[in-house]
Amino acid sequence: MKSIKDLEEIRKRTYDTINLRKDQPGTRVVVGMATCGIAAGARPVLLAIMDEIKKNELADVVVAQTGCIGMCRLEPIVEVYKPGEEKVTYVKMNASKAIRVVNEHVMKGKIVQEYTVGAEEN
Amino acid sequence: MKELSLHILDIIQNSIAAKASLITINIVEDLTTDVFSIEVIDNGQGMDKELAERIKDPFITGRKTRKVGLGVPLLYIACTRCQGNLEIQSDKGKGTKVIAWFKHSHIDRAPLGNMIDTIIAIVIGNPEIDIIYNHRINENEFNFDTREIKHILGEVPINEPQVISWIKGFLEEGLNSLNGGARI
Ligand SMILES: Nc1ncnc2c1ncn2[C@@H]1O[C@H](COP(=O)(O)OP(=O)(O)OP(=O)(O)O)[C@@H](O)[C@H]1O
Ligand SMILES: [Mg+2]
Repeated sequence: MKSIKDLEEIRKRTYDTINLRKDQPGTRVVVGMATCGIAAGARPVLLAIMDEIKKNELADVVVAQTGCIGMCRLEPIVEVYKPGEEKVTYVKMNASKAIRVVNEHVMKGKIVQEYTVGAEEN
Repeated sequence: MKELSLHILDIIQNSIAAKASLITINIVEDLTTDVFSIEVIDNGQGMDKELAERIKDPFITGRKTRKVGLGVPLLYIACTRCQGNLEIQSDKGKGTKVIAWFKHSHIDRAPLGNMIDTIIAIVIGNPEIDIIYNHRINENEFNFDTREIKHILGEVPINEPQVISWIKGFLEEGLNSLNGGARI
């Protein structure tokens, strides 16, 4: 049974790392969650990103969500904001593409050009 | 949408857009009366009665990036196709209640699908919003409340990956036993 005691343990275990992190600007990964995004598969994309963050213990990355980005045809859409860098917009995402974006862009700083909105429009 | 849980995720997005701080999801599956009902209740900014009536019609929307809202009309169509209906009660400044129901056994009713993923997705993206999720199947009920979890966590954010894993496990166990031990 998942107990409250387990949750207490998690609190104790993570408390210190959280205080360390507070003052560092991290990467924000934002998933579009309007109707068009959800219908196109935004939910598995968001969950895959979270799983990859956990797997790689990325302490300075947050996942957020937003409403309509205004490009329904290109959903699911993921935006990556790295501190001091321009926003990168990835389109027509799925879980495996999202994992690649976390591994290459979020973790190593290498933009996955072929999934970007720029590549799609050309 | 292929799953009712995706409609729920989508209807909750409206509550988030309306700046709700507390969202309650009530699901009731009653096989005696053959009703499957879903309520999403929020304390967001609400809308006036007239808009609340009109948004089932797909050519009305309050927002500017695109002319038509899709979320509510899609759910409305899904309900009416299954001998059910959709009702929206809203009080401007107070909040909104969306009630959707279906004939449980209707052949066109989409399966509920993965409620765990829906709840987890909301919590990950909106750690500051509180979520209450009550699910009843006949006389068995499962309850989940992020306020209780946050109370234990103190300063640790609810969207910490390890906390998310715990919540996922908690929901899995709760919903499995709700379904009579059968895997969902
Ligand atoms: N819970 C709510 N609180 C306040 N206003 C709401 C709520 N739900 C719906 N509305 C209003 O009804 C409109 C239509 O909602 P609907 O979900 O159909 O479309 P949308 O959210 O505008 O776009 P889409 O769902 O296609 O992304 C919203 O734009 C909003 O003005
Ligand atoms: Mg909507």
